[in-house]
Amino acid sequence: MVTDEVGQGGTTAGGPGSSAGQQGRTGQNLVQLITPAGERVSHPEYDPWVQDMSDEQLCSLYEDLVVTRRIDTEATALQRQGELGLWPPMLGQEASQIGSARALRDDDFVFPTYRDNGVAYCRGVKLTDILRVWRGNASAGWDPYTVNLGTPQIIIGSQTLHATGYAMGIQNDGADSAAIAYLGDGATSQGDVNEAMVFAASFQVPVVFFCQNNHWAISEPVRLQSHVQIADRPLGFGIPSMRVDGNDVLAVMAATRVALDRARRGGGPTFIEAVTYRMGPHTTADDPTRYRDANELEDWAQKDPIRRVKALLERKGLLTPELETAVQQKADAVARDMRTGCTTMPDPEPLDVFKHVYSTPHSWLDRQQDHYSRYLDSFGDPAGAASEEGARR
Amino acid sequence: MTQLTFARAINSGLRRSLENDAKVVLMGEDIGTLGGVFRVTDGLQKDFGKHRVIDTPLAESGIVGTAVGLAYRGYRPVVEIQFDGFVYPAFDQIVCQVAKMHYRTKGAVKMPITIRIPFGGGIGSPEFHSESPEAYFAHTPGLRVISPSSPQDAHTMIQQAIACDDPVLFFEPKRRYHDKGDVDESLDPGAALSFEKARVVADGRDVTLVAYGPLVKTARDVALAAADEGMSVEVIDLRSLAPVDFATVEASVRKTGRLVIAHEAVQSGGLGAEIAASITERCFYYLESAPVRVTGFDVPYPYSKLEMHHLPGLDRILDGVDRALGRPNSLSGLEG
Ligand SMILES: Cc1ncc(C[n+]2csc(CCOP(=O)(O)OP(=O)(O)O)c2C)c(N)n1
Ligand SMILES: [Mg+2]
Repeated sequence: MVTDEVGQGGTTAGGPGSSAGQQGRTGQNLVQLITPAGERVSHPEYDPWVQDMSDEQLCSLYEDLVVTRRIDTEATALQRQGELGLWPPMLGQEASQIGSARALRDDDFVFPTYRDNGVAYCRGVKLTDILRVWRGNASAGWDPYTVNLGTPQIIIGSQTLHATGYAMGIQNDGADSAAIAYLGDGATSQGDVNEAMVFAASFQVPVVFFCQNNHWAISEPVRLQSHVQIADRPLGFGIPSMRVDGNDVLAVMAATRVALDRARRGGGPTFIEAVTYRMGPHTTADDPTRYRDANELEDWAQKDPIRRVKALLERKGLLTPELETAVQQKADAVARDMRTGCTTMPDPEPLDVFKHVYSTPHSWLDRQQDHYSRYLDSFGDPAGAASEEGARR
Repeated sequence: MTQLTFARAINSGLRRSLENDAKVVLMGEDIGTLGGVFRVTDGLQKDFGKHRVIDTPLAESGIVGTAVGLAYRGYRPVVEIQFDGFVYPAFDQIVCQVAKMHYRTKGAVKMPITIRIPFGGGIGSPEFHSESPEAYFAHTPGLRVISPSSPQDAHTMIQQAIACDDPVLFFEPKRRYHDKGDVDESLDPGAALSFEKARVVADGRDVTLVAYGPLVKTARDVALAAADEGMSVEVIDLRSLAPVDFATVEASVRKTGRLVIAHEAVQSGGLGAEIAASITERCFYYLESAPVRVTGFDVPYPYSKLEMHHLPGLDRILDGVDRALGRPNSLSGLEG
């Protein structure tokens, strides 16, 4: 079954020269396997890709979704309480992140953005590690090679090239793994993303571009970035694409499996547009009431990714009190661990400023470090020595 | 006089430029409906329309590249780069096109483009939100680079930058956006102190302390603290980073015989080096001691829990003043 109703573009028009009409409607139909009401609908092309999903696995996806949402709300709370400097909520995008990340193999390599913390959870990143960057304790929370997950990219779009290059390496090595780049709708405007598609198509490398079209790039509606449906743009580069209901965890999983399978078989790159919605602010520093309509939010609340899986489990008679309790307990435990890990994270040492800039000693920097450590030694309290107001007066 | 925040003072300057010249257009990410992530352009799209205050697609090279085209067509684009660390995708357009068009065309094509960049640290942000990339641009012939340090200067200098026929990189000290100051909004920018001129913001006899942008406030605090310890520090707000108003710095150093330069940007190859070398060339025999630089270290801007160690604060600059004056300091006993 196919529906296009979740594919509405943003609400406001672009700048000069924009005909500001509807975002192109001529594109592909939206792949959906679970309706917002929780009905499992069949789709001849995509059903086979999730046929192996047992009841148990469906329950496990449900748990992932609930836990991920809990991670997100707990992190937002930690930010509000001053424990984190900033947090980019993924609220509403859980199915996109879980469905795609759970389709991956351990030896696939992921290049995520700042918002893909649900993906990080699925890759096995420790909860405390997810928070390190946002607490200001590190530039990156984990060693990318331990979980085959790059560090969250802040420069919009940059990681799509990295994934493509990584996939060139996979291809040269003759391996059957794949690289996947996560990106946003806004990112599709960047030169880097377009260059990544050129390279990926040219060399037919095993890369998947997974675009979460959450309809907004901070305050800018998706229509400002793309005059046609995003899924239509890769076609011009010679890259096949799919447009999938990003709030439907099964549809996302099916589409990602299609793409990964193509990549592993030497079939080259694929682009997936997961149509979803950013239910929260851009980050905890943002105030979306300045630019978007509350009605839009209400519409999307009806399409919530968790509610529909819950409804599906109910229909199937799988939503037992035991399951609910188990999932709830898991979410509680995760939130508790996360909070403890966050608030007990040791502060960095002052001289950490000089660490890891180079892999071998560097004379300029060594001299600066030496001078700064002498400077700190001239103070009783290094924290005071480094405050803006100073401690000396 | 009105009390305005730094951000509001720029807003008011932008408004005047939009009013006075129909060719002025503002472009950037989130500058319209949202009014910019720092609200510097708040309300301007509402008042001047979507064709003059343009929310652009998310692509910095695209923004600056199309600004070049608009300038070709006779417009005066004012571009906002959302944060310092996001100017790099536009680096090619700025360095190869914006900076060189006038030269290439023997002056036939002017590039009166103003590129506004909130810069510097101290606000506890993640990576790429606290950088000080001004030296790259000061190193690029064809660009003018300026940075205001007070609401009044922000208000007049943005108007002067927009009126200038050359491209101007306008670095806004983001950690001072909320600082308030008196602003005379009726001041004629044409009659006000040119953005090319430095300003002595505190008189002193013993040592010249040069700063710009966010560190001017810190430098003034240093002068006050130094006075408590019996040292008289003259503070110069550079305002223009390319070209630097060396005449003003030189006159001060001839008087004090000592020079300290402070900036947040990393040290090596930075503006401090340029100023130290130029002043040494110009008035070597007036110098009583080697110029001292107090700057960010040669490291990527660190994560926020460490940023106060990277940023030159009051005490580190005071320590530099001690060094220039030959007083006991953290490097006493070390050579050079
Ligand atoms: C090169 C660059 N320019 C600007 C920004 C500032 N910025 C951060 S997130 C964002 C919007 C990104 O939108 P999208 O790609 O749709 O991802 P989403 O935030 O919706 O997940 C912008 C403009 C940035 N991080 N990098
Ligand atoms: Mg988006």
